[in-house]
Amino acid sequence: MLSLDRVSKSYRVGTFGGKELLAVKNVSFDIQPGEVVSLIGESGSGKTTVGKMVLKLLDITRGRITFDGADVSMVKGSAVKDYYRQVQGVFQDPFSSYNPIFKADRVFSMIKSEYFPSVPNSEWSDKVEASLRSVTLDPAGVLNKYPHQLSGGQLQRLLVARALLLDIKYLVADEIISMLDASTRIDVLNMLADLKGRGLGILFITHDLSLGNYISERTVILRKGVVVEMGATDKVFGTPTHPYTRALVASVPQLHKKWEDIEAELAPVDTGTCPFHEAYPLAGRSAVPAPDEPTLVKVEDDHYVGCFELDSEKVKLVA
Amino acid sequence: MSLQVTDLRVYYRTLAGDVKALDGATFSIADKEIMGLAGESGCGKSTLGNSLIRLDGRMRYIGGSVNLDGADMPIWDKDAMVDFRFREVSVVPQYAMSAMNPTRKIGKMIGELVESRGIKYAEIKPELERRIDLVGLGRDVLGQYPMELSGGMKQRMVMVISTLLDPSLLVADEITSALDVSTQRAVAETLVSFRDHGFVKSMMVITHDVSILYQIADSILIMYAGKLAEKASTATIINEPRHPYTQMLISTLPEVGVRYKEKKLTGIPGSPPSLLKPPTGCRFRARCPLAFAKCVEEPPFVTVDTDHQVACWKATGTDA
Amino acid sequence: MSVATKSDVGSQEPTVVGSPVEEVPAGKARGEFLYFAVRSKKFLFSIGVLGILAILAIVGPMLDSSDPLAYNSTPMMGPSADAGYWLGSTLNGQDVFAQFANGLRATFFVGFLGGGIAALVGMTIGFVAGYKGGWVDEMLNMLTNIFLVIPTLAVLLVIASYLPSDMRGVPFEAIFIGLTSWPWAARAIRAQTFSLRNREFIDLARLSGRGGWKIIMQEIAPNMSSYLFLTFILLFGGAILIGASLDFIGLGPHEGYTLGLMMYESINNSALTLGLWWWFIPPGVAITACVGALYVMNVGLDEIFNPKLREL
Repeated sequence: MLSLDRVSKSYRVGTFGGKELLAVKNVSFDIQPGEVVSLIGESGSGKTTVGKMVLKLLDITRGRITFDGADVSMVKGSAVKDYYRQVQGVFQDPFSSYNPIFKADRVFSMIKSEYFPSVPNSEWSDKVEASLRSVTLDPAGVLNKYPHQLSGGQLQRLLVARALLLDIKYLVADEIISMLDASTRIDVLNMLADLKGRGLGILFITHDLSLGNYISERTVILRKGVVVEMGATDKVFGTPTHPYTRALVASVPQLHKKWEDIEAELAPVDTGTCPFHEAYPLAGRSAVPAPDEPTLVKVEDDHYVGCFELDSEKVKLVA
Repeated sequence: MSLQVTDLRVYYRTLAGDVKALDGATFSIADKEIMGLAGESGCGKSTLGNSLIRLDGRMRYIGGSVNLDGADMPIWDKDAMVDFRFREVSVVPQYAMSAMNPTRKIGKMIGELVESRGIKYAEIKPELERRIDLVGLGRDVLGQYPMELSGGMKQRMVMVISTLLDPSLLVADEITSALDVSTQRAVAETLVSFRDHGFVKSMMVITHDVSILYQIADSILIMYAGKLAEKASTATIINEPRHPYTQMLISTLPEVGVRYKEKKLTGIPGSPPSLLKPPTGCRFRARCPLAFAKCVEEPPFVTVDTDHQVACWKATGTDA
Repeated sequence: MSVATKSDVGSQEPTVVGSPVEEVPAGKARGEFLYFAVRSKKFLFSIGVLGILAILAIVGPMLDSSDPLAYNSTPMMGPSADAGYWLGSTLNGQDVFAQFANGLRATFFVGFLGGGIAALVGMTIGFVAGYKGGWVDEMLNMLTNIFLVIPTLAVLLVIASYLPSDMRGVPFEAIFIGLTSWPWAARAIRAQTFSLRNREFIDLARLSGRGGWKIIMQEIAPNMSSYLFLTFILLFGGAILIGASLDFIGLGPHEGYTLGLMMYESINNSALTLGLWWWFIPPGVAITACVGALYVMNVGLDEIFNPKLREL
């Protein structure tokens, strides 16, 4: 199990790093093997930062990420390589994920030279081909080509195939289909979902609610670095409870439902006094010290919401 | 009829030869109509939009005509187009954020822009301020630099500027794709309100996101590989599309409520043909599950129903 | 430069799917490099020019073993193959060809050693600062800035006055130039590295278990290879020019002979007014041809290294 325990990330900004900028604050959730957790947020929500911390590409400021019980921050030196054997990532921009001057299949040979130096070449190419087939790619069509000769969808699948060459248990997929065209993105999404069958745990980072809803078992909604709502996907989308989640659901353009109709179903919640809501008239200049961020309250089984307005009475309403 | 485009062809010059990015487009946009233009990247939708505004150095006019409010637009002539641009046809570009000069205050920039068209800034300022209020920006934006505005604010500001002279046609090119969902909705609804207020007569909204079009467009034109595939009212395109490409495209879109567990969607196998040497006949032929012998001939873009045009032999019922 | 810009998939229009690409014969990267190199006119031209100059520098002094400083000919004699003075003689009757051949050799030496040291130091500091970031970057940046503002000439004057003259040969000049001319290169490379470091393929290389040094050498450096080569060319040319100017103010080597010294002496002895063109034209042309050929080579190499440019 991969779990995040009150993970925070801050950056020092200003002269001599005098100010602290919180990008992610006390984020906690976990990913079980064989499940897809989607981490949904808008730009600046800190979703990519969370992914990079899981992948050890960024240091954690406070809190802990544990992988099968072991603290990930403590993984140092040669153990890092072992960690990457089990936890891998795929990123948003397929073209920027490849070194443009090398052939695309170099991502495979890099894995070979670092992890399988003793595997004979013929055995290795069998392994690569099997891995390519498992992501529905034709080896002949993609090997020995430069990145710009392949489509975005092919490139993203190659990267998943690369991860599968290792014995990965978890995959961080950060906006991996947002730059793909409609006719190919769904195939990449399906391919990702199929990996669940292999017992893979996937952290699916996206800004697109409908994609998160399509693929994931559980959903975490992130706003300005704070988790506002999380739980089973059908519950989070079925009964969105936090005003922010409701606003998000209401603004997602749908194909068979107009915005007005969605809004009518999701009557807005009165959030006038929430110090975290922009509508709060004294936001940012209130004389009353702002409380810590709201703690996540269990509103029903496997459905948590962090909102001050959510007193016991309203909890009953949604439950 | 506000805009009438007839057999418009615009190619891209490359060292490998002409890329036939827009290969014969015939359609019209009615007064008060918001037409969505959708398709995958490389289908020619941006080429079509740009060619109505300004042909850049690599674009080559091959043939066809564009008629706006009864007057033919000389789109092949950059200089002659100056009279039309901004006054008659205007654009909100994809990266509106970078469309504004960062060293000029917004008000000053607008002043220079309108004065270059022979209009006094002082005369137009009251109307400008009224529209700034309308889109929910404060009037003090005129004294600010573009970098002081957020992405969504810049987008709305550019929309106000582009439509300041009440152009007949507004081309909005992927203006929502870089925005967050909540801002996206505000920007899209602003577009509709501009039409409702009569700031623009008709609109062409280019995007790869069909669901945005479902929310705001009156009609949708689908393009594939440099050709028009289908045009119809929004409801018809979404609910009863006739062209197999439109049908497949709509069915690949996941919606809130559609789950992998319950309903597995499928993509369209294959990829679009190279536009350097496009295949003869129907360009969707190689990916089309319904393709048959007749498809080696190019299907005409013909009317099959009221306000419904399709370029497909199967859809027009001439497969006998 | 060859650092490819981030391609924006959404706005890529027109997309040429499945564009025909020149078939590359099977083989390793080196074979591929050669395959395109022999097809690049620019590369072949510059290699030719540099080759000729290099052969002259190596073979020239062997062909004409006379002492370049000896006064053993008629002064101010024009070029004459019969007399054995291919480039004529100086105002004082020295053999211009002997001077030119020896000077070319020394100039190449100053360029290679000086430019090489500067490139090595500049690249190391630039790469490390750009890749590591944080306090390492700040420290190295400070060091770079200090070196950038050191008045080279003043330091050289001080050194010159204390250094025994038998140590002030061409190698000393080259090393001194190398150790003082790296800062701008370091800054430029740091900036390039910094922008590449945030690209996703660097993250992916880290996820493949690659260490920092390997990433710099195998991911970042190859991406900037033509840029690095340009840096070297500029440092190479710069070293030659700095060397010539040092010679000009009398801070040059006391041993050996360079093209800079040659031009300095020719101008000093009014070769221009006396019309002794064979004295100053050859060193001038040689320096220009050398630096120019290196520049053309840079453009050619850019096309060879960058697979996208190849297809144009």
